Amino acid sequence: MRLSTIAAMAATAMMTAGPALADLTIPLLSYRTGAYAPSGIPYADGFTDYMTLLNERDGGIGGVPVNVLECETGYNTQKGVECYEATKGDGSLIYIPQSTGITYQLIPKATADEIPVHSVAYGRTSAVNGKVFPWVFINPGTYWDAASIMIKYALEQEGGSLEGKKIALVYHNSAYGKEPIRTLQELGKKHGYELTELAVDHPGQEQKSQWLQIRRERPDYVFMWGWGVMNQVAIQEAANIRFPMEKFMGVWWSGSEGDVVPVGDGADGYKSVTWHAPGKDFPVFDDIQKHVVDAGKAAGDGSKIGEVGYDRGLYTAVLVAEAIRIAQEATGGGEITPADMRDAYEALGITDERWTELGLPGFAPAFQNSCEDHGAPHMGAMQQWDAKAKKWTLVSDFMEPDYDVVNPLIEEDSMAFAAENNITPRTCE
Amino acid sequence: MLYREAGDFKTTYADDAQTFPIAFDRWRYYAILIVAAVIIPLVIDSYWAKSIMVPFLVFSIAAMGLNILTGYCGQVSLGTGGFMAVGAYASYKLMTAFPELNIFFVVLLSGGVTALVGAAFGLPSLRIKGFYLAVATLAAQFFLVWLFNKVPWFFNYSATGQITAPERTVFGIAVTGPSVPAYASYLFCLAFVVLLAWLMRNLTRGKVGRQWMAIRDMDIAAEIIGVHPLKTKLIAFAVSSFYVGVAGALFFSVYLGAAEPTEAFGIQQSFLVLFMIIIGGLGSIFGCFAGAAFMIMLPVLLKNVMAGALGWDTTLATHFEFIIVGGLIIVFLILEPHGLAQLARLMKEKLRLWPFPH
Repeated sequence: MRLSTIAAMAATAMMTAGPALADLTIPLLSYRTGAYAPSGIPYADGFTDYMTLLNERDGGIGGVPVNVLECETGYNTQKGVECYEATKGDGSLIYIPQSTGITYQLIPKATADEIPVHSVAYGRTSAVNGKVFPWVFINPGTYWDAASIMIKYALEQEGGSLEGKKIALVYHNSAYGKEPIRTLQELGKKHGYELTELAVDHPGQEQKSQWLQIRRERPDYVFMWGWGVMNQVAIQEAANIRFPMEKFMGVWWSGSEGDVVPVGDGADGYKSVTWHAPGKDFPVFDDIQKHVVDAGKAAGDGSKIGEVGYDRGLYTAVLVAEAIRIAQEATGGGEITPADMRDAYEALGITDERWTELGLPGFAPAFQNSCEDHGAPHMGAMQQWDAKAKKWTLVSDFMEPDYDVVNPLIEEDSMAFAAENNITPRTCE
Repeated sequence: MLYREAGDFKTTYADDAQTFPIAFDRWRYYAILIVAAVIIPLVIDSYWAKSIMVPFLVFSIAAMGLNILTGYCGQVSLGTGGFMAVGAYASYKLMTAFPELNIFFVVLLSGGVTALVGAAFGLPSLRIKGFYLAVATLAAQFFLVWLFNKVPWFFNYSATGQITAPERTVFGIAVTGPSVPAYASYLFCLAFVVLLAWLMRNLTRGKVGRQWMAIRDMDIAAEIIGVHPLKTKLIAFAVSSFYVGVAGALFFSVYLGAAEPTEAFGIQQSFLVLFMIIIGGLGSIFGCFAGAAFMIMLPVLLKNVMAGALGWDTTLATHFEFIIVGGLIIVFLILEPHGLAQLARLMKEKLRLWPFPH
């Protein structure tokens, strides 16, 4: 009896929670609570603020307002699936899972439901192969690209050879953290370094034994695939054992203000890969200040604006908005379907001129997607934290990964997926 | 008036021993079965199936499993998440190694594998009791999750350690994989729930169940009257783990479709199931369902009311959800320490006397 009352109440609740009609609906699977909130909040703010800016300044995209449907996942896979099921009927154009675990869940589901998934530089690396995964996009790059770029940077630092060097990988013990291992092993064979893998369990607050091992083994470089609270704990531990910070590099998800500020001066010199320029010295931020923050419509309290995580949310929003624009041009109307969105994503490209038009000159490299490649431009640069000035600065150019190593791995993994799931790859001609 | 045995004459011993001796209860039970098996599948959509009914059913099975061990046999276990992982990985290995094997048997066999593992971890229960046993099962929880992370054979050497359920069908209708119709996943889980609840009812009122309860109430006294403690406890561990293993297999193959051990089968899963049986009622089958409904449906309901209908900020809604669910748990434990099942029992007693309480 209790059950039926609950069911009836839930039914009423769901009926009343109808979608706003005739909008461009973009669900945002965010996490502002839990152990991953330090990483999740700036990202969600950046994404929402850019969409608010488009609504306020331009009246939406192509005259149609954007409706950002926020759904809290707490970085939890089960809740992520619930969010997906709850919002997919509301005309959702695209899913941005913002978690590798949720991405793995959504790839088969969304493919069956024919809704595109954009995992922004996370998720299943081999999904970059558009022949096998027509509905999945992974711009601006994959974890394997990141791993290769980090090795490339280390090679530069060491004068071209990593022979006999030791590299330790501190990773989040999940699908996310395990992604780069295979690439780093392959690259190890090529460049002759020795890889030590150190797993850190969820949520990542306990890393004493891993860093004890690092202190004992004294690796030449430490790479990190961390997220949420794990990042700042790792950087603190590295500072505690006086590991040279300029030899400690994180993937792009381990290099935001929230990760280094709590460590204070100890974090000075810490590096991480990034796919865009840090900071807020771009014209679009003036518009955000004017139309969003000053109008009292900002998603957060305004303190996160210009942080790395915020910029990433903004970058994602720019790509989504550009894809919507391309889809509208292709179909000739304001309203678009998820299928139009997919086609637009495959044709998506942003040139340097377009970045300037968007008010983001020099923010990120130009790129062009294609039928086979769903992860352009695959480029990353190294940024370094300056604890005195409290800002990130780029210390290298944007680099390309070692395609000779990465591409065969992608081919192998995506074909294995195709075989497991009886998918005949598209020909892309 | 409605709810009494008057006029309901029992002419056989079997009638006397039936689960629902009161006619009204019996009809209510049949009505629930019909609604669950016939009406709900006709109207269910994929949100209701995937986010509400399937997790509810799966966790009901897990709660039944833990209730057998903790509620009936008195052995505290914190290893439920780990045993669910055993069921999930067993089903994954069976599905990929024997693609022609029907998923129904895959789930049952996964339960069997978990029963063996559970019995092995139940061995120390002869010597250690209470909180110390809880710690031993906690070790099982961490060991099993570590094992499934560490040994690549369990996840077929995939690059990320994720396991993904391939598509399997029952009578030609997909029940696992991405393109499952909502009613199919629901009915598949419901079949297991009905079967296992029926089995549990008959186990617990028979010889085995009485032995469990004797051990629970006072193990030395039980031993003196001839209950073999090791055998009884091991059976409890095995049967309980069978249930939990079936729940784990369904959780992975039907509900999630893809899983990684640390997140899907972590310690929080063990606590969730433990809370379910404590809130639902220890030693009660109805309590398993009530507890699962409370812990699975209430947060979804609160979320839909606060973030959906009232349009609150999602962060605020999530934090309020924690507060409300946590507060309700405390309130229930203070007002009714024997759980929702006891509330239902009291209500029945009152109904029998109503409207003439003297």
